[in-house]
Amino acid sequence: MKRVARFVVFYAALFGLWTLLAELKIWPPYLFPTPWGVAESLYAGFQDHTYWIAIRVSMQRVLIGYGISVVLGMILGLGVASNKFLEETMGGLLVSLQSLPSICWWPLALLWFGLNQNAILFVVIMGSLLSVTLAMEDGRKQMPKIFGQAGRNLGAKGFKLFWYVLLPASLPFIVSGLKQGWAFAWRSLITAEMLYLSLGLGQVLMMGRDLNDMSAVIAVMLLIIALGYIVDGVVFKGMERRLQNKWGLAPVS
Amino acid sequence: MSANVQRIPQQFPDTADPRVPARSSDPRGKVGPVAVGHSVRPASSGVSKVGLSDICLSYRTQSGERLLALDHINLQVRAGEFLCIVGPSGCGKSTLLHLVAGLHQQTSGQVLVDGRPVEGPGTDRILIFQEHGLFPWLTVAENVEFGMKMKGIPKAERQEKTRHYLRLVHLGKFEKSYIHQLSGGMRQRVAIARALAAEPDVMLMDEPFAALDAQTRDLLHDELEKIWSETGRTIIFVTHNVREAIRLGDRVVLLTFRPGRVKSEFPVSLPRPRHLEDPAVAGAAREILDELREEINRSLEAEYEQGTKPHIKTGNEGRAQL
Repeated sequence: MKRVARFVVFYAALFGLWTLLAELKIWPPYLFPTPWGVAESLYAGFQDHTYWIAIRVSMQRVLIGYGISVVLGMILGLGVASNKFLEETMGGLLVSLQSLPSICWWPLALLWFGLNQNAILFVVIMGSLLSVTLAMEDGRKQMPKIFGQAGRNLGAKGFKLFWYVLLPASLPFIVSGLKQGWAFAWRSLITAEMLYLSLGLGQVLMMGRDLNDMSAVIAVMLLIIALGYIVDGVVFKGMERRLQNKWGLAPVS
Repeated sequence: MSANVQRIPQQFPDTADPRVPARSSDPRGKVGPVAVGHSVRPASSGVSKVGLSDICLSYRTQSGERLLALDHINLQVRAGEFLCIVGPSGCGKSTLLHLVAGLHQQTSGQVLVDGRPVEGPGTDRILIFQEHGLFPWLTVAENVEFGMKMKGIPKAERQEKTRHYLRLVHLGKFEKSYIHQLSGGMRQRVAIARALAAEPDVMLMDEPFAALDAQTRDLLHDELEKIWSETGRTIIFVTHNVREAIRLGDRVVLLTFRPGRVKSEFPVSLPRPRHLEDPAVAGAAREILDELREEINRSLEAEYEQGTKPHIKTGNEGRAQL
């Protein structure tokens, strides 16, 4: 109960401050919109289906891009973790590549794939692939060896060993990397969408800018935050809770 | 030795084991009629189920020198025998089990099971680890099922067998629990059930009860002995506890400290069931213990020489024997 109260007080204060600043009219409304201005934009955007379409398009892209990243990242990560040559050569490259913002791939992606969805997907994949790879590599190393031995001893080999033993055994160690990969994928997507007429949330945001409609911009920003938060809260929190129930790990506070 | 082989103790009274007919065609011996529910174990005959011949294992340490871990180990384990291997820590006794399991490769020599050389893991030899060998992401029942699932046995059959083996280790009510919800003793019973469910000929047990309290261990000794006499599996049991070895084994093999060699063998002819506190068990243990103590001292000296502190486990071993 107390937590809920603190929650309410905090957001009421934030909202109050925003309203106050907007009402003082220090800046013109098109630079600093009021909360209900933003609410109206949200309503209008959902009403004429712009936001629905944008959400669907963006979610679809991020799911495809992130999905490819997860599969590729797991294979790469396992490969790097279990092969000394790859580890020594590619390991360092992966870490250094991670410091490159994924949007730096945009010019190349445009040349390679043209001005279309594939270029966006490429940026999304480059954004999240490395997190997943590094997490998988780390997870494979942290995972107790005994699980692999027990699995082989009970007759698991090849893909079965990976799917039924190595993957579930490393899950507690890679879940935070998967989560980070998701966050990077989502950010890369929005950034890429902002650079090109693409129907997604990023484009809708830029449309607000072009029309000088800051309440629309803030409305879309809120949507982007909300979607990222929901996926994190539903998918990843759920996964963490399941892992805790099964493995009996101490609950993450 | 295999020339005068007449019979192999009959096994698997509880299940129709697909390997039994295959074995009857084994040129080295004939399988007699199935003795279902045989409560008195036939005396182990001379056939070797597992044969280790001239096993050497060496590996390179981080500083680059070669370390000999196992040195010309020769051992024959009869079908249906309960063999215990004791030795100080660092004698390579666990490694020996891993070789039989096919999880490691020896440097030279041969591991034979049913006369055939071991090439990699196989479900005819199941290893039970000291702890943490169970899969925490699966329920108790799913753990027990795992080996059968890998073999592609249909689900209905798997579930039936799983229930059977869980009842055998008195865990029928814990099918749906996760491993972390069980006590240490229950976990090792799940491990035994999981091993049995894979229907191996040979069970390899790597200090399975070392981490348990004395009461739980006593109970599991009784259960293991019962399961062994009912199912007739061959068991190779590694322990650092001499009394445990005498309590359970038909024969106790003592390994030397690094490099591991067979120092001596002790057949145990005490009537079963035995008990850890029996004076006869204690008496037999004392004899082995004297020899073991030499090895423990050598291991302690080696550790002091290396300038490392003796770790706690070694201290315990010295104590745990009495």
